Amino acid sequence: MADDSKNTIGPAKNESTVFEIPRYSEWRRITRVLFSRKLYAIGFGIVVFIILVAIFAPFITPYDPLKPDLHHRLELPSSEHWLGTDTLGRDILCRIAYGARTSLIVSISAVLLGNFIGIIMGIAAAYYGGLVFTLIMRFTDALMAFPSILLFILIAGIASTSGIAGGGGLPVLIFALGFGGIAGMCRMMCGLALSVKQNDYVLAARAIGMGGWRIMRSQIFPNAFPPLMVMFTMGIGGMVMAEAGLSFLGIGVVPPTPSWGSMIMDGMSYLLTNPVLSLAPGVAIMLLMFGFNMFGDGLRDAVDPRLRGVF
Amino acid sequence: MTAYIFRRIIIGIFVLLLVTMIVFLLVRLLPGDPLVIFLGQSYTGQQQRITQAEYEALKHQWGLDRPIFVQYFDWLSHVLRGDLGESITVRTPISTLIAERMPRTMYIGFITLMFSSVFGILAGIVCALRRGSWLDNSVTTAANIGMVIPVFWLALLLMYVFSYKLHWLPTSGWISPFDDFWGHVKCMIMPFVAVGVGSVAGLARIVRSCMLEAIAADYVRTAWAKGLTEKIIVIRHQLKNAMIPVVTMLGGSLAMIMGGSVFIETIFAIPGIGLLTMRALFDQDYQVVQATVLMFGLVIIISNLIVDLVWAWMDPRIRFT
Repeated sequence: MADDSKNTIGPAKNESTVFEIPRYSEWRRITRVLFSRKLYAIGFGIVVFIILVAIFAPFITPYDPLKPDLHHRLELPSSEHWLGTDTLGRDILCRIAYGARTSLIVSISAVLLGNFIGIIMGIAAAYYGGLVFTLIMRFTDALMAFPSILLFILIAGIASTSGIAGGGGLPVLIFALGFGGIAGMCRMMCGLALSVKQNDYVLAARAIGMGGWRIMRSQIFPNAFPPLMVMFTMGIGGMVMAEAGLSFLGIGVVPPTPSWGSMIMDGMSYLLTNPVLSLAPGVAIMLLMFGFNMFGDGLRDAVDPRLRGVF
Repeated sequence: MTAYIFRRIIIGIFVLLLVTMIVFLLVRLLPGDPLVIFLGQSYTGQQQRITQAEYEALKHQWGLDRPIFVQYFDWLSHVLRGDLGESITVRTPISTLIAERMPRTMYIGFITLMFSSVFGILAGIVCALRRGSWLDNSVTTAANIGMVIPVFWLALLLMYVFSYKLHWLPTSGWISPFDDFWGHVKCMIMPFVAVGVGSVAGLARIVRSCMLEAIAADYVRTAWAKGLTEKIIVIRHQLKNAMIPVVTMLGGSLAMIMGGSVFIETIFAIPGIGLLTMRALFDQDYQVVQATVLMFGLVIIISNLIVDLVWAWMDPRIRFT
């Protein structure tokens, strides 16, 4: 009886008795799940579309996003200017297209910076445990006790005039958003690393004499990678919102660089006569965030082991 | 449970201390010499120049020439005694400023949290119970969109539609509920909606997925097998278990709402802590910034502590580990 079950399930001795399990590459499986639901595909499509717009902005817009045209100030939407013009006569649609550049550059770099530091702190906390764990986790607790926008405001305020990270413009914003985003990533990474650490291969790695740093880099990090990818994608969506918020408050992107948040603020005084000025850039923010959120949801479904086989 | 509560409170105090340190350091790093700003504020317009000796004397008088640790502990001991310093722009004790404005921000925060948790949790439960129906699909889609609406954009949209076009609500301002309750309600509808939509959407999504997870759980199957009614299964078994992660979300929701109050107070001109923080930041009134940020931290740490205790009360696995 024991032999029977061994023959069918165990390692293949006889080709004909083995079940053929169709093998997919991980990449193929992920793409299949990602495009299995319409919403996920739409999200992915939106992200790709906006990235393309950002890259090819100079080729698809006939206007200069920075050059004022005082003869055509505050025009309503027309065939010349599809969404009208702002207080300095600049084309709104054109500025929205260039704003995608600002938004994507800031949010992606900020997430990269925050994740890099957060991941290192998180893995170290989980791997070493004890005092290191307590110190790092309580520190993140303290950082998370502020509403994130407040932390961004403070750091952006400090960085913009104290000369850290160039003293103004995009680098400051990336620095502020990135540092503000460390705590969340650190928490996430720590949780993942704690569970990955329990695996036998980590023990094996230690047994063959691997150093702590090498185990963290070559064993723990790759095995925690898929959920991190989801965090990364979702994180970009959050940063798009944060950048817009800071720019709206006037401490983000420095004019005249086009930014969706500052465009909303500029249009605020003309809300009664020309609401498109404020409302149109907001639609762009929502589209991009929606795209990243749905794309992230799809990725999560694709990499979450609990959901494997369901699709 | 007592040991758990005790441990949580100790951790909370520790975190609060760290928060004071971070706030103090961040504000010290803010650009500008506080003395120069102070002198600039007090002597603008007068052709009065201050000598180096006078400057040093003032610096000594304010304790700014001492090591940063000493300054920190000095500040901390004042804060613990309720003395937050004085605003250099309006020349009033900061504690007065905060005592006046804090209740408004807290009021917006807690009312919004209350409404958004009721609506968010209800929406999530309905979606999970009617999974796949048109109701579920439309609510889920609405929640996905609600999550990405920027607070400030929604505020402007509401203002445009309800104040400028329909003339139903006042554009901005603050009316105390004790003076004119109906006027107060009219004033606050837009701020509440603008700041609450995001957390309603977020909560609905989380509740829905937690409820769906609980539907598939063994204890729910057992409950059905025991022959319990659907009402009892949903309320006592499914909902109670699904609420555990949701309760931890509420702390985050409050932080989000308090953060949103910065935008809401700026747009709708509500004199609360958020507006005070922004004004002080632009006026370089850093003592005030320090105090308001500390207040935000305090509120969130205390509510997180409450959340943790509720969590432990609901889930015995937490308090016995």
